[in-house]
Amino acid sequence: MKLATLSRKEVIHSLNRKRLRLKIGGFNVCLSSPIPEVADHLLCLYGAFEVVDDEAFIDFYTSLASPSKVRRYFRAQVNFSFDGYVPFKPLPYKQASAMFEWGLNWCIANHSHHYLVIHAAVVERNSQAFIFPGTPGSGKSTLCAALACSGWRLLSDEMTLLSVADGLVYPVPRPISLKNRSLDVIRNFSSNIIMGPVVKDTAKGAVGHVRPSDESVDLGEVPAKPAKLIFPKYLENSNTDLIPLSKSRALLKIAENCFNYNILGVQGFKSVSDLIDASDCYEFNYSCLEEAVALFAELAH
Amino acid sequence: MVFITPRLALNLNLRQWDLLIRQARSANVLATLGYLLDSVGILNQIPAQPHNHIKSAQTYADRFYISLKWEIICIQEALKSINIPLVLLKGSAYFIAENNAAKGRIFSDVDIIVPEDKLLEVEAALIKAGWMTNTIDPYNQKYYRQWMHEIPPLRHLKRQTSIDVHHNILPRTADFCPDANKLLANIVKIPDKNIWVLAPEDRVLHSATHLFHEGELKSGFRDLSDLDLLLKEFSAEENFWAKLQQRAEELNQQIPLYYALRYTCRILQTPVPEKVLKVSQEAMPNIIKQTLMDALFLRALMPDHESCNNNWTGLARWLLFVRSHWLKMPLHLMIPHLLRKGFRRALGKEQH
Repeated sequence: MKLATLSRKEVIHSLNRKRLRLKIGGFNVCLSSPIPEVADHLLCLYGAFEVVDDEAFIDFYTSLASPSKVRRYFRAQVNFSFDGYVPFKPLPYKQASAMFEWGLNWCIANHSHHYLVIHAAVVERNSQAFIFPGTPGSGKSTLCAALACSGWRLLSDEMTLLSVADGLVYPVPRPISLKNRSLDVIRNFSSNIIMGPVVKDTAKGAVGHVRPSDESVDLGEVPAKPAKLIFPKYLENSNTDLIPLSKSRALLKIAENCFNYNILGVQGFKSVSDLIDASDCYEFNYSCLEEAVALFAELAH
Repeated sequence: MVFITPRLALNLNLRQWDLLIRQARSANVLATLGYLLDSVGILNQIPAQPHNHIKSAQTYADRFYISLKWEIICIQEALKSINIPLVLLKGSAYFIAENNAAKGRIFSDVDIIVPEDKLLEVEAALIKAGWMTNTIDPYNQKYYRQWMHEIPPLRHLKRQTSIDVHHNILPRTADFCPDANKLLANIVKIPDKNIWVLAPEDRVLHSATHLFHEGELKSGFRDLSDLDLLLKEFSAEENFWAKLQQRAEELNQQIPLYYALRYTCRILQTPVPEKVLKVSQEAMPNIIKQTLMDALFLRALMPDHESCNNNWTGLARWLLFVRSHWLKMPLHLMIPHLLRKGFRRALGKEQH
């Protein structure tokens, strides 16, 4: 049963009773919250996700709630908690939905050391996974959103889960997080995207989320083989340049972009080396999304 | 139950696994659970989802040991110029002595014990090597130095690791404060290393006294599991139980030992010989106090997770917090101390 089949009232009811359980890629996530806006966020962006039954194993129990009764009325705040543990300082109430996305990123990045977790967007076409590692501001999410609404399958816009066991990339198809100017860029790029409400004045500026395609969500447990490793860089007015990168440079760069490279130790090095061996590596400068999408379509042909 | 009989894990359904993983995580024993299942050869027979969480925790734990090894080397290097043995306590002692209790155990500080007259020298050497004090609050500094069994924790500037330097295992003001010289006279050397740990029976007593004087029993279940694993491991040695009871007397720790044996037996079914239990019962309090302590400890020693809590758990934890202060310091010191802490917390100046 998909979340979209539930009414707003039913979603709010489930959230209140700690019963909203969603299948997100290979993870089952339970979310509880008394905040009605969270229901709107989920219905808008998570409609295609399966609701799992009461018998299922839940990987992450999460909740969004006010830190105290006072703070519900006076300069309202919200706390994210992972099964009773609160990893962050509270945020303004209006940022509850964005906090869920950040909180779930934290849960996955810190409790999935059976994967090498790379800070990278990853999309797939013709059974080839294209991995875009990038520091904030490099334009990886924007590029990822553009590819995702041009027929590519979204595996993740934020973290690439590379299995230590088989070297494949496992999806966590979640809403794509866009910031500030990227919001308008993507709105102008494609008319058939669905975007959730934009939250202003977060630590990262204005943040909005793009709904993943139904197909990406349905294939949420189907891994993909890494094919290209591309380090993007958005440069104003630049040409669309795909520059081959030596494997040794790529190895150092990718290690810097992992969340748990040092935790995996020798295994981390082995996984990164295997990834580099299996992929063609490039640096990529761009300013025009249309050209970028056309180039990658050719590359994946 | 899985901590008592690991094979029972094979009968769990997914909902039960779900709860076990949550409780184990909140008690900080998720990686330990993995080693336990592995010790009876069933780790690879459990369902994929809990397996992933356990594997993930074990990967983290393995990395932690590598850092810990390096940290111990750094401490050794820093204290090289001082002519005293490096004596590790608690988690890092279990690790270096390769005790079963170390498997999967994650903790934040390395604890060491040094003779009291060397305290300043040790502190100076550590500061020279890059550690610095965590608390600059003069009240806290004075409180530690005047009354406690350790100096304020030191944190390394670059590695952000923390070290607790003790000169005893209980505060000076505690009723059962043992003679630290007796502990140091009985240390054992780790083969091929220039590192020492407390003797096995002293390690058990320290673990017991730590747990039953501890104010915040956040990791009560983990500490209880330590005791269970230490007792099971050491009881294979000849005369262990006799030595343990003799040491408890010498170090004035009969009461903590009594509670340790009582609750490991009651909660984790640790195999303690009948006659040992009988002797330890000499330290048993009166029946009213005993009933009360059972009511408090049997709640507070469960994993700190909502599924293990009932309406009384919060109160039990609070009463044990007050009790821990009661045992550690006389009333005329405790009341001003708790008032001050309470005010500062209310003003938001302190986390705990």
